[in-house]
Amino acid sequence: MSQGPIAAVLVIPLLAAALLAILPGYRLTARLNVAASLLTLLAALLLLMGERPAPGAYLLVDDLNIVFIVLNCFVAFTTSVFSAGYIQHELETGRLTATRLRFYHAMYLVMMFGMNLAFVSSNIGLMWVAVELATLTTVLMVGIYQTHEALEAAWKYFILGSVGIALALFGTILFYTAAQPVVGEGADAMIWTVLLSRAAELDPALLSVAFVFLLLGYGTKVGLAPVHAWLPDAHAEGPTPISAVLSGLLLNVALYALLRFKILIAANPEAIAPGPLMVAMGLGSLVFAAFMLYRRRDIKRFFAYSSIEHMGIIVFAFGMGGPLANFAGLLHMVMHSLTKSAIFFAVGNIAQVKGTQRIAEIRGLTQSHPALGWGFVIGVLAIAGLPPMGIFMSEFLVVSSTFARAPLLAIPLVLGLLLGLGALLLRLTGIAFGEPTGSTAPATGTNLPMQAHLALVLTAGVYLPPPLVAWFQNVGVLLG
Amino acid sequence: MGSLAFDIAHLLAGGLVLVSFMLLYQDRLSALVNVFALHALVLALSVAWQAFVQEAPHLYVTALIAVAFKVLVVPLALHRIIRRLGIHREIETVVGIGPTMLAGMGLVALSMAVILKITPEADPLAREDLAFALAVLLLGLLLMVTRRNAVSQVIGFMSLENGLILAATGARGMPLVVEISVAFSILIAFIVIGVFLFRIRERFDTVDTSALDEFRGERR
Repeated sequence: MSQGPIAAVLVIPLLAAALLAILPGYRLTARLNVAASLLTLLAALLLLMGERPAPGAYLLVDDLNIVFIVLNCFVAFTTSVFSAGYIQHELETGRLTATRLRFYHAMYLVMMFGMNLAFVSSNIGLMWVAVELATLTTVLMVGIYQTHEALEAAWKYFILGSVGIALALFGTILFYTAAQPVVGEGADAMIWTVLLSRAAELDPALLSVAFVFLLLGYGTKVGLAPVHAWLPDAHAEGPTPISAVLSGLLLNVALYALLRFKILIAANPEAIAPGPLMVAMGLGSLVFAAFMLYRRRDIKRFFAYSSIEHMGIIVFAFGMGGPLANFAGLLHMVMHSLTKSAIFFAVGNIAQVKGTQRIAEIRGLTQSHPALGWGFVIGVLAIAGLPPMGIFMSEFLVVSSTFARAPLLAIPLVLGLLLGLGALLLRLTGIAFGEPTGSTAPATGTNLPMQAHLALVLTAGVYLPPPLVAWFQNVGVLLG
Repeated sequence: MGSLAFDIAHLLAGGLVLVSFMLLYQDRLSALVNVFALHALVLALSVAWQAFVQEAPHLYVTALIAVAFKVLVVPLALHRIIRRLGIHREIETVVGIGPTMLAGMGLVALSMAVILKITPEADPLAREDLAFALAVLLLGLLLMVTRRNAVSQVIGFMSLENGLILAATGARGMPLVVEISVAFSILIAFIVIGVFLFRIRERFDTVDTSALDEFRGERR
C-alpha cells in the first residue's frame, strides 16, 4: 500500500501523456487531460492522508514536499479545467492546430510528471533531471504559437534556463564531491536523507561554493533578479494556461530544490549561512520588480513581474528563517500559487474576449463582463495584499517577523510591498472601471477555476483550520 | 603508474581548457564548429581515460555518446544548417578578441583559485578535474555572452556542458553520470533542432539574436 500513491502521482501523468499523444479530437483529449489531472490529485490526497512510505534511495515523502505535491496537483487540475475552455477558443480562432494541440496535451502531462518527480525524488541528481524535464516541456509549450514573439520568448527561456540548469548541475556535482569522502562512493552520497544526517561532517568550504552555484542555478528558474530575464517573455507569449502553471507551479519546483539544499547547508554549522544570500536576492527581486511594474504595457507581462515580486518575498521569508518567517513564507507560497493562477485564468479569458493583451486597450471590464471583471478585481486586490485575503495575512506575518528581528531590513521590504500595491491598483482601476472598450461578447472560457481559487484564498485569509496551521508550523521548524 | 594516470588525466583536462580558448578566437562559423568537434573529442578521450583509471566501465558509455553525438552528429548537422543559411563566413562578436581572451584568462585564474583553495583534502585527480571543469564552464559562458549569433551561442552552451561532463566523470563513483549525459544530449538535440526548425533566419532574415529584441512586446 505504502508505495501505491507515490507511484500513482508519477505513473498516471506519464501514461496519460502517452495516450494523449496518440488520440485525436480536442473534446475527448481535453476531457481526458482533466480526468488524468483529477486522478493525480486524488493520488496526491491519498499520499497526504495515508501512511508515509519509508524514504527510499530514489523517492521520499515528508512533511515538506507533501505541501508542494498537493498544491501542485490541485493547481494542475484546475488549470486543466481552464485549459479545456481556453483551447477551444484558440482552435476556433486558428491559433492552434489539431496536431499542435495533441502535442500541447502530452507536454502538459509530461510537465506534471516532471514536477511531481522533482518533488518526490530524494536523490539530488534525480531531482536535477526532473527539473530539467519540467523546464524543457514548458519551453516547448511557450513556443507553441510559433509567432515571432513566442519564438523569441522560447529561445530566451531555453538559453537562460539551460545555463541556470547547468550551474545547478555543477553545484550538485560539488555537493557530491563534498559528500563522497564522508559517505562513500556511489548513490548513497546523493541521497538527501543520508546527506542530511551527515551534513555536519561534510567539507564546509565545498558546500559553500556548491550553494552559490545552486542558488544562481535554481534561482534562475525561481525568477530571482538579476537572473529573471526569461520570465516575463515566457509568461507573456505562451498560452495563458501555461503562464498560470509557470507562475503557480514551476517557480515553486525550483524554489523547492533550493529549500532542500538550504536545509542541508544550514545543518552544517561551518558552511556559509544560506540566509543572508537568500535575503539579499529576495529583497533585490522584490524592489526591482515593484519598480518594473510601473512600466508594463502588456497585461501578462505585468503579472509576470508581479510573480518575480512575490517570489522575492517568499525567498526573503525563507532566507530570514526561524519558525515564524518560514511559516509565513510557506503560506505565502501557497497563497501566491492560488491567486496568481486565478489571475492568469481571468487574464486568459479577458485577452480572448478583447483580442488584445495591451493594458491600454482594455477598459471597463466590470461593466461589460461582470463575473469576469469582478473576479479579476478580487484577484488583483488579493495579490496586492489587501485584507481580508490570504496574501494579506502571509505578508503581514513576513513583515512583522522582520520587524521583530531585523527592523532595518523591514524598511526596503515594506517599501517594495507598497510600490507593488500602488502599481497594481493603478492598473486595476484602468482595466476594471470606466467606459468599456473593445468587444462586449460574452467570454467563452469558464470562470469556475478562478472562482474556486479565489474562494480558497479568501477562506484562508479569514480562517485557517488548526490542523493546517499545525502542519505548516511543523514544516517551518523542519526548514530551520 | 599512479603518477602516469594522473599526468594523462591532467593533460587531457588541460587540453579541454586549451580548446575552449581556441573556441574564443574563431572568427568563422564553420571553423568554430570544427574546433567544437575537437573539443568534444578531447572530452571523450578524457572521459575514456577516467573510465580506465577508475575502472568504471559505464563511463565508456558516456565517452561513446560524446564521440557519436558531439563529435559526429551535431557538428555535421550544424555544418548543414550553416551552409543552408549561407552564413558560413560570418560571425559577430560583441567584444573584441583581445579583451575576450584576457577575460578568459581571468576566469581560468578565478576557477583555479576557487577550487584549489576549497579542496585541499580531496583526491588530487578529482580536484584538478573540478578546477579545469569550472574553467571550461566559465569559458563556455563567456563564449555565449560575447557572441550574438544563435549558432555560436549553441556552441558556447555545448562547450559549457562538456565542462560539466568532465566534472561529473572526475567525481569518483558519481551515480547517474550516464543518465545525465543522455539528458544533456537530448537537451542539445532539442536546441539544435530548435535552431533549424524555428528557422530563426527565415522568420527574422538573420540568425543574429539581437534582431529578436525588435519583436519584444515593449519597445523602448
